[in-house]
Amino acid sequence: MDMIPDLSVFRADWHIHTVLSPCGDLEMTPCHIVAEAKAHGLDIIGICDHNTTRQCAEVKKVGDRANLFVLCGAEVTTREEVHCLAFFETPAALAAFQCFLDAHLPPVANRVDIFGHQLLVDAQERVLESVPQLLLSALTKSIDEVAAEVHRLDGLFIPAHIDKAQHSLLSQLGFVPRDLQVDALELTPRVTTDAFIRQHPALAGYPFIHSSDAHVPDEIGRAYTELRLKECTFKEIKNALHHGRTA
Amino acid sequence: MKRAGNSSFKNAIFAETIILMNVSELVHALQLTVFGGTQGLDAPVSGGYSSDLLSDVMGFADAGQVWITLQTHKNTLAVASLKELSAILLVKGFRPDADALAQADEEGIPLLGTNRGAFETAGQLYRLLCSHGIIG
Repeated sequence: MDMIPDLSVFRADWHIHTVLSPCGDLEMTPCHIVAEAKAHGLDIIGICDHNTTRQCAEVKKVGDRANLFVLCGAEVTTREEVHCLAFFETPAALAAFQCFLDAHLPPVANRVDIFGHQLLVDAQERVLESVPQLLLSALTKSIDEVAAEVHRLDGLFIPAHIDKAQHSLLSQLGFVPRDLQVDALELTPRVTTDAFIRQHPALAGYPFIHSSDAHVPDEIGRAYTELRLKECTFKEIKNALHHGRTA
Repeated sequence: MKRAGNSSFKNAIFAETIILMNVSELVHALQLTVFGGTQGLDAPVSGGYSSDLLSDVMGFADAGQVWITLQTHKNTLAVASLKELSAILLVKGFRPDADALAQADEEGIPLLGTNRGAFETAGQLYRLLCSHGIIG
């Protein structure tokens, strides 16, 4: 653990869906999400729609005005159907990753009556687009290929809700591959880090984060990770994960 | 010199260890591709298991079974080794990842392939193993 003076505690809920995710509530607009996050005392939120980064910029616009740090990224479904969070520092890296998603997401049309609306909403609560391609499909790229692309773009790669019985690294691939480069492993609000490590002692050396995986406003902030940071920047957040400055 | 009087006893022991089908014969019967792990082609086949969730295979597959899957990740080899499966059979023309192939050769677990889907493959394997009296 780093012993650095002058660290402040920042509260991060890394995993929030917007109305662009078909399973995201219609209330999950940029303005609502930011207001709810502030009301719950969060300092950092991660925007992770399924296999798309396209809502991030608008949430960030609203977040900047409210002094809320917005981590821009996506919840990627790999070929193995493992859900993984990916976050990027710059708009250029985010755009490059969106190209990767566009190139490898199968061209299946959304059925709104089955999966729900996929709406792109701006900072003024205007619906800009109803995205026709189903965002819930799995990419044609493996978890190793996705991790490599995220790290090529200097992003954060975090297998999501690994304690879940569906769509998690453990459910799909049985165990965490030793050579898979992860910046952290995400747990659901249902389990504490200590309890999880008791069940999976081999994973004791990994950084863990907790997040809400919020799909409706009420869920925002129901779980969070406290980070000890010098300043609230992407690089500092990455450093905190890598050096055990989390709780 | 061994005494002839023991022969019926020895035959009985031998009958219990007789191999009804090995991986190599399975490859021939179903015209499968062998990607790697050829050292394990003599291993006996005791049944089949079809699943794409490695956690499920870890929990429920039995030793000697051929595992039908579309997962190409190298973790499949660790799971097959852990559960002492006789082979991994990739469906739909999927090819193993390079590190999975290296692992198959290292572990000596045959990594097989077919262009057929999981449904047809499982059906063919089931019929074959039934006809040899291995299952059913």
